Amino acid sequence: MYVAVKGGERAIENAHGWLAEERRGDPGLAELSVAQIREQLALAVNRVMAEGSLYDPDLAALAIKQARGDLIEAIFLIRAYRTTLPRFGASAPVETGRMACDRRISATFRDVPGGQILGPTFDYTHRLLDFKLAAEGEPPEAPGHPAEPAPAPVPRVAEFLNREGLIEEAPRDDTPPPDLTREPLEMPADRALRLQALARADEGFTLSMAYSTQRGYARNHAFVGELRIGTVPVEMEIPELGFAVEIGEVTLTECETVNQFTGSKTEPAQFTRGYGLVFGQTERKAISMALVDRALRWEELGEDNVGAPAQDAEFVLYHADNIQATGFLEHIKLPHYVDFQSELELVRKLRREAQETREAAE
Amino acid sequence: MTDYNFAYLDEQTKRMIRRALLKALAIPGYQVPFASREMPMPYGWGTGGVQVSAAVLTPEDRFKVIDQGADGTTNAVSIRAFFERTAGVATTTATHEASVIQTRHRIPEAPLREGQILVYQVPIPEPLRFLEPRESETRKMHELEEYGLMHVKLYEDIARHGHIATSYAYPVKVEGRYVMDPSPIPKFDNPKLSNSPAIQLFGAGREQRIYALPPYCEVVSLDFEDHPFEPSKADHPCGLCGATDSYLDEVIVDDAGGRMFVCSDTDYCDTRQAAGYRGKDAA
Amino acid sequence: MSPLLSVRGVTKRYGTHIGCADVSFDLHPGEVMGIVGESGSGKTTLLNCLAGQLAPDTGEVIFDTRAEGPRDTRTMSEPERRMLARTDWAFVHQHARDGLRMGVSAGGNVGERLMAVGARHYGDIRGKALDWLERVEIDGARVDDRPSTFSGGMQQRLQIARNLVTGPRLVFMDEPTGGLDVSVQARLLDLLRGLVRDMGLSAIIVTHDLAVVRLLADRLMVMKSGHVVEAGLTDQVLDDPQHAYTQLLVSSVLQV
Repeated sequence: MYVAVKGGERAIENAHGWLAEERRGDPGLAELSVAQIREQLALAVNRVMAEGSLYDPDLAALAIKQARGDLIEAIFLIRAYRTTLPRFGASAPVETGRMACDRRISATFRDVPGGQILGPTFDYTHRLLDFKLAAEGEPPEAPGHPAEPAPAPVPRVAEFLNREGLIEEAPRDDTPPPDLTREPLEMPADRALRLQALARADEGFTLSMAYSTQRGYARNHAFVGELRIGTVPVEMEIPELGFAVEIGEVTLTECETVNQFTGSKTEPAQFTRGYGLVFGQTERKAISMALVDRALRWEELGEDNVGAPAQDAEFVLYHADNIQATGFLEHIKLPHYVDFQSELELVRKLRREAQETREAAE
Repeated sequence: MTDYNFAYLDEQTKRMIRRALLKALAIPGYQVPFASREMPMPYGWGTGGVQVSAAVLTPEDRFKVIDQGADGTTNAVSIRAFFERTAGVATTTATHEASVIQTRHRIPEAPLREGQILVYQVPIPEPLRFLEPRESETRKMHELEEYGLMHVKLYEDIARHGHIATSYAYPVKVEGRYVMDPSPIPKFDNPKLSNSPAIQLFGAGREQRIYALPPYCEVVSLDFEDHPFEPSKADHPCGLCGATDSYLDEVIVDDAGGRMFVCSDTDYCDTRQAAGYRGKDAA
Repeated sequence: MSPLLSVRGVTKRYGTHIGCADVSFDLHPGEVMGIVGESGSGKTTLLNCLAGQLAPDTGEVIFDTRAEGPRDTRTMSEPERRMLARTDWAFVHQHARDGLRMGVSAGGNVGERLMAVGARHYGDIRGKALDWLERVEIDGARVDDRPSTFSGGMQQRLQIARNLVTGPRLVFMDEPTGGLDVSVQARLLDLLRGLVRDMGLSAIIVTHDLAVVRLLADRLMVMKSGHVVEAGLTDQVLDDPQHAYTQLLVSSVLQV
């Protein structure tokens, strides 16, 4: 005798209990603290803040702990929390020209005012496993650490080109940008909206899109004009006071690419720009973002649409969000008995008819 | 959960969704863009339906959630628990008792009545999506009523298979104007969309669209005059309650290919069994 | 008789480059107008301006609509223009794959325009599709095959059937025989001539091939660098060219 499956409730509860146990791992080992994650897995924390669109290292570390290190799951936790937060207002635009840089490099000029600052980078490390870390040794001494970050303000590399008129103008624009989290994403999306979507886009997706432009799918000859990482003050206009006050600071990664451009029907030959700005130290993402931004600008620059994925704003923006993507991908785990049943009926019917036709022909 | 507002969403967001709902009801079948919020459940798992339910629920409501027609499927349980926790509303599994019913992939068998609201979870709201992937182009096609392509698809089905090979998410035309995706309900359910006394609301969270059918709205399944639309289901009575008019799930009962067919709408089946109806597989 | 299409001062620029400049002519019902010139002469730009696929910078393109008489298609709303494009107008592309749905059967390709204007009887649609396949000399047994399995010539004939099935009043053709073998071209031209005669079609044909216009066009315009340098009756222009460029065109053909 068949009894319909019930008791989903208990199954769910049990699954959650088991999950909590697995998350903790071997209870014989010390539990990770949120502070340890924040300090020692800082790049994971940065990614969760960037793609979660919420600058809070402690919450991001908590989310990583709760998600058992699954960063997309952690980003999801942050996003879901973020939507419930009340909005008090918007900060004034941050001035990255005033950034206190920990790292600042330019690939276009050998030396630039403000200097090249390597900062804490993996760039020239040899990728050899360091077994000293496994032995939980003492932290190495930090001979290279400067006493102070580079004195702000550090001038922007693109400005040197701008003075000569060799790079496209990027005039100041005070139009309030659209808000992706409060308005539905609609096409065509202007550059501000595209940048907003890219800033929270999945790092892997953005990287692959950027990489595809380098391999010739809408190649745009990018050089890293400047990459800078450091802290900037966040200021907010307080209506009661009538002026802006500093309410804190955030670490940002900014990348501006300088792209060769031989001119088009509408634009003269000059260098053009791609732009990336991301929370935290997230330079792979910021560079990728700048390349994709530049590729998406083909229309305004009068370039040809060569049909490359990275030129297709609708394709890029509708598929860049990992929370949307993972949700829809994973939803195929949900029961689909009903649609599957109707497909089953259909396939049986088609087979039956094909069989009958064959028999009639014989 | 006291930190959260009634039914989770803040009032501002609910108002935004209600405005979208009103617009959707005023233009039946038209997809209204709305600023879908991130919900504490994944996109694709009913966030659109959940947001619509959150916007229409009042403390006096009685809420029912079904997935594949059943109240007991895991995701239905999870969504019901979410609203029990965040809204504290009364819940029920009885279709006739519920004032708001959130559903995935089915329309209840028991006829709905005036005053009830049926909320559908929608994965892909655009009926033209698999013919034309571009949103900018499909919006234009709706705007200009360029639906020839939709019939080309049906034509191709008949040319190849002898009949229309769409068995669920079967496209419909609403009030002679907009072509609409009824969500992945089996085409067996399509006739129930039309002329229903209940309000039908459709929420697609990830795709940021809301659309609606006001009560007593005319909904026609697309077809050809000489190949008319046919709602279909497995050609069996329910093994448990003997119903011949309900949509059936096929259940595999042993390793030897044994199978039985039971109502997908568990409330309908339970109600019939309680009234003494028995199918051939019932104890 | 009032003209079906009346073109006045149509100009289209790309930046400083001239696409076509100050083109004017009338096309009367049942007339076939040929536009010839080498590539880059602006003939395709002009055709796209006339067919509503490009917006001219200045000028008028007045079409004698069924319902409201002469209307400037430039000032029509997009819905109106798209409606024209799927009812009274037809456009035959040089490359059949631009004008066909390659993933849809031949029957579906021909039936699309019928369905777009409301045909809802499968049997009738299929009947008409079969009828049109026969008229363009495609075996009816291929009705359920996709155009990707067709030869280049068949694809082009299918595209013509797909366009003519709704009885359009004006057909735009962009190098309809371009890219086909000479023997295939001859057959297609023959077919087109038959259709033009039988249906009394009005058409505007852009081509660089003088043989095409000799066979199909009543009148001719010769374009060079965006300008019309000579116009007149086809035989007159080809047999007694006045403009130096036309003379060059005609003589270069004769040399071949």
